[in-house]
Amino acid sequence: MGQTVSAAQLVARCRDGDQEAWAALVERFSRYVYAIATQGFRLREHDAEDVFQEVFAKVYERLDSLRSDEAIQPWIAQLTRRVCVDRLRSGSREDTTDESELAADPDEDAIARIDDALDVHDAMAGLSENCREVLDRFFARDETYRTIGEALELPAGTIASRISRCLVKLREELEGRKPVPTQSGGQVSV
Amino acid sequence: MSAFNEDRLAELIGALPPAPEAWVRAAQELPSARTGLDVIVARAEADAEFRHALIADLESTLAQEGYEPERPLLDALRRRFADS
Repeated sequence: MGQTVSAAQLVARCRDGDQEAWAALVERFSRYVYAIATQGFRLREHDAEDVFQEVFAKVYERLDSLRSDEAIQPWIAQLTRRVCVDRLRSGSREDTTDESELAADPDEDAIARIDDALDVHDAMAGLSENCREVLDRFFARDETYRTIGEALELPAGTIASRISRCLVKLREELEGRKPVPTQSGGQVSV
Repeated sequence: MSAFNEDRLAELIGALPPAPEAWVRAAQELPSARTGLDVIVARAEADAEFRHALIADLESTLAQEGYEPERPLLDALRRRFADS
């Protein structure tokens, strides 16, 4: 989860044939693509796997056509949406018995949440490794205090307070990056 | 993004669970799979019998010829043959 190199820098290195950069780029966007497929388009696991592999294959093949390295995230999002829609359409042609398979419209609220979530995960790169691990294990991997404690060699009784402290640090990290939003929870420009 | 309160942050961290490790690994191995792809495609272009065998049964033909029929390679070859 540590991200000291920007996505744009990784793209540039991938173009030069750097395989480690490619692995890091996949790691960086793997959750994003997975979430769009499974939450945004509610694909079943085997369809989501095909979409996931196809998206990264297209990214790999077409990286040279990306006009701006900074545009990698919206480009991957757009590619993923297109591949999901194609998948749903081809699925609905093959099997018209399941009505839920016919809808190729994504859950736009879920997609917006996924975009926000990627910003938060990027901001986690600014935290200590311990904080990143604790937050990710508890909230994203659904691990228990006990499992986290064993994995990180920490007393289980201290996990809750660490989570709380790390969330505060994460909030500070995000507030240092972007305009502070209104207390009412209104939208901010990003 | 909405206000950075801790509940919202917790929700957003949870909104991006990890993708299955095997999927990530397969995607990360694309560059080495592509190297294998180039070798196989060159051989298929030069050897009609091999090309027909690949089209008829991709996975088995690759395995018989000593290639590791891993997911990224199979996907890339299927796309390549579909395009041709």
